[in-house]
Amino acid sequence: MVLVYISSNNGIAKSVVETITYARKLSNDVVVITTGAASQDDLAQLGKYGASSVKVDRAIVGGDSQQLSRLISSLALSLSADTVLFSHDVIGKAVAPRVSVQLKAGLVSGAIALPEENGSIKVNVFSGKAMGFVHVKSALKIISLLPNSIPAELNGSNCPVEEINGDAGAALIKVISVKRPEGDIPLPEAELVVSAGRGMKGPENWGMIENLASALGAATACSRPVADIGWRPHHEHVGQTGVAIRPNLYIAIGISGAIQHLAGVNGSKVIVVVNTDSEAPFFKAADYGVIGDAFDVIPKLTEAVKKFKSSNN
Amino acid sequence: MKILVCISKAPDTTSKIAFSQGNTVFDENGVQYIVNPYDEWYALVRALEIKETIGGEVTIITVGSANDDAIMRKALAIGADAAVRVDADPKDAYFTASQIADFAKTEGFDLIFTGKETINFNGSQVGGMIAELLDLPFVSLASKLDLKGETIQLEREIAGGVELIEVNIPVVVSCAKGMAEQRIPNMRGIMAARTKPLKVISPTAVEELTSYVSFVTPAAKSTVKIIDASNMDELVRLLHQEAKVI
Ligand SMILES: Cc1cc2nc3c(=O)[nH]c(=O)nc-3n(C[C@H](O)[C@H](O)[C@H](O)COP(=O)(O)OP(=O)(O)OC[C@H]3O[C@@H](n4cnc5c(N)ncnc54)[C@H](O)[C@@H]3O)c2cc1C
Repeated sequence: MVLVYISSNNGIAKSVVETITYARKLSNDVVVITTGAASQDDLAQLGKYGASSVKVDRAIVGGDSQQLSRLISSLALSLSADTVLFSHDVIGKAVAPRVSVQLKAGLVSGAIALPEENGSIKVNVFSGKAMGFVHVKSALKIISLLPNSIPAELNGSNCPVEEINGDAGAALIKVISVKRPEGDIPLPEAELVVSAGRGMKGPENWGMIENLASALGAATACSRPVADIGWRPHHEHVGQTGVAIRPNLYIAIGISGAIQHLAGVNGSKVIVVVNTDSEAPFFKAADYGVIGDAFDVIPKLTEAVKKFKSSNN
Repeated sequence: MKILVCISKAPDTTSKIAFSQGNTVFDENGVQYIVNPYDEWYALVRALEIKETIGGEVTIITVGSANDDAIMRKALAIGADAAVRVDADPKDAYFTASQIADFAKTEGFDLIFTGKETINFNGSQVGGMIAELLDLPFVSLASKLDLKGETIQLEREIAGGVELIEVNIPVVVSCAKGMAEQRIPNMRGIMAARTKPLKVISPTAVEELTSYVSFVTPAAKSTVKIIDASNMDELVRLLHQEAKVI
């Protein structure tokens, strides 16, 4: 059976249902363990994606990796799980390595596909410049799934939800506050991303980038120099030394396409490049290209998207 | 404050990535190794800043071969005080973390820093494993760290937001962008690094838990379709009908 840990503090995120979908493809017996504030109704809905049952421990409020790992490891043992699954997000990155040590079970971090026939699991390596197949030597496997790697699928109906007290001990890490930007789509989970680089000349010109993103319902991203000069926040920096993303659509505006930038985005399914320079290296990695001035092209593209959206509704 | 910074080598970011022996081994031909950027820019520099403010000692550690002494000297030139190399091939994250934890367990470090991940294997595993092996709290992906006596305050990015947290030392922290700014070593640092201690120790016997079976490189894109800059309706149509992404 597969034990899945999800955080439900922010409701049921897309990565949560992807993780449960993945688990269901590994086994018919999927037990979800969660901490957080999601309602019993919301948690019961996880059955629709393949959960057989959900256990929720309300005593753990933050993301303390010692508490969470104790809770998860002891459940994995008592349920005789053969796989423990996480989402490869900030919590998964903190907790999965501890569970791996506690259970002496190999960890595959950032899985992007279901296991191959030989049991190995595909992950991104070299920041997306290549993929590797990881073999786990232990019988019990720990996997953390990269967001946006498999589409969520409906597969069942509501499942039972049980409140438990996992006795995970006290938290040594105290959460003081959480700042949450309103309405933003978290970049690693976004299916559509509008990204811009130094070609935008200055931060005052990002209005048109945001307009295009909001017309599409996309998240915004940027190249490294743009974050380094402070035109955009650091969490928007994508690439080899920033966030690696694999959205369905990546629109790169005024970005040259340096190797370090491409590393973080070339897992995108479709890439559109807008650049004044027809020789920009990014065109070699693109599916669709527009040779033109962003200041002229982007407002037109935004209008075209709006027109399409209104005629399609 | 006694600080341990875990250092990994990584191929220079401009390296072309290729594999040999039937796609089972990373082809190191012509590859230049650097200090993994997250380890250098954020973990090491933040450790040095703390030492400069309140005093202490910054030790760096890597698990690797004599070839890695060059990147250790680079980290010493940036300002670390002493280096330790566990003389072994870093087979997987569990093996590597076990070696570092084994060294650290009797040294009494107040802070143990790693980078967020390496840019070659991107696992984000070693820090959390060291913390578990030493039974210490672990903060993943911290973008800011402030010392308040025995307590440290950290910020980290969580799904769509920023969390402010507090924890007592000793603690293990993985360091992400925002923690510090890259430093370029100067001539004096480079000279001083030559005589700083670089201790080589033998590994302890640990079985790895994972291995790489093989590698692939992404399929090349077919040629780009150029759309006229004055015809954005056409681009939208293609994205909808052909690419089916909107
Ligand atoms: C160790 C290391 C790590 C790195 N990691 C990363 C990383 O993670 N992510 C990353 O992005 N970079 C990274 N870089 C930097 C990378 O090498 C490039 O310098 C960077 O990506 C360039 O950013 P850019 O494309 O925005 O700017 P530029 O290279 O300056 O390109 C600007 C582009 O905009 C175009 N342009 C100009 N005006 C217009 C206009 N009006 N309309 C349309 N197009 C226009 C230009 O033709 C040009 O192609 C790293 C570098 C190093 C050394």
